[in-house]
Amino acid sequence: MTQHMKLYEVFIRSRRGLDHKHVGSLHAEDPEQALEYARDVYTRRSEGVSIWVVNSSDIHASQEGDCESFYDPLDDKPYRHATHYQLPDKVNNM
Amino acid sequence: MTTDLTRATADYAVRLGDDALILGHRLSEWCSNGPFLEEDLALTNVALDYIGRARMFLGYGAQLIGGDCTEDTLAYQRDCREFTNLLINELPRGDFAFTMARQYLLDEHALLFLEALQGSSDAELAAIATKAIKETRYHLRRSREWMLRLGDGTEESRRRLQQALEDIWGYLPELFAMDELERELLAAGIAVDREALEAPWRRAVSATFAETDVTLPADGWRVDGGRTGYHTEHLGHLLSELQFVQRAYPGCQW
Repeated sequence: MTQHMKLYEVFIRSRRGLDHKHVGSLHAEDPEQALEYARDVYTRRSEGVSIWVVNSSDIHASQEGDCESFYDPLDDKPYRHATHYQLPDKVNNM
Repeated sequence: MTTDLTRATADYAVRLGDDALILGHRLSEWCSNGPFLEEDLALTNVALDYIGRARMFLGYGAQLIGGDCTEDTLAYQRDCREFTNLLINELPRGDFAFTMARQYLLDEHALLFLEALQGSSDAELAAIATKAIKETRYHLRRSREWMLRLGDGTEESRRRLQQALEDIWGYLPELFAMDELERELLAAGIAVDREALEAPWRRAVSATFAETDVTLPADGWRVDGGRTGYHTEHLGHLLSELQFVQRAYPGCQW
């Protein structure tokens, strides 16, 4: 049955002021039903105050093969980290 | 309250508790049998809401009855004839269309009933209604959507939903029937006037099914008896499962 249904990714905000966090995915016929199932599947122990559901097919993900070009070039740029810099003694807290 | 009124209120709380307990058990039979995982969990949530509602009503009934009566003795130590739930609640779960059609028709009724019960002069019943109505709003949202999905879905879903409505229709008048007990409690401001719920219920149900391809059955046959303990043959089988542990090991606790 579920193979005919769309897959949705579920994001839940656990408290006001916090970000929505990815908690899992589920099958549903449409966004309305996905919200209800998200409520029943992921907020049974009052985990949330707000739910987002997103079509899984709308998520574009970086690939394993992208690692080399995406992240490796950052390894030799230590000056992008605050720890790279020697602070003057007068600066106590940074 | 006078002794008579207290006893009548106890009976009223017990019948509302029986309604919730028996329907909750029927819904719980879908646990691990749902059409797919998400719906399985959702239905089980609704079942749990009803078991919780049964505990509140039966607990209050037991308190009014007094002695060593508890919500558990009411649930586990009475036989068919002592149960006073509506017949529609004890009908076997059938297929998914039957379960959801019954649920939708009962949810529309529960919303109106609980709204009215919130105004009861009995503070405890009013408080239970206020808690339960939030759950019912959600149940109704779900079951109404299923009516649209099934009634406006495939030829098979439409046929199954139509069949479910035909099979259920004659059990509905009992929802709106007042007996002597409820009339007496209505006069005291405690009970809900069921007869007043029928017109708004019909409006809501007609509006929902007008959006689908199914047609509402004509009124004709009707079955009564739940409130006086005359049940269908299905209740005994349900109770044999519901009460099995307490009957095999009386008084057992864990």
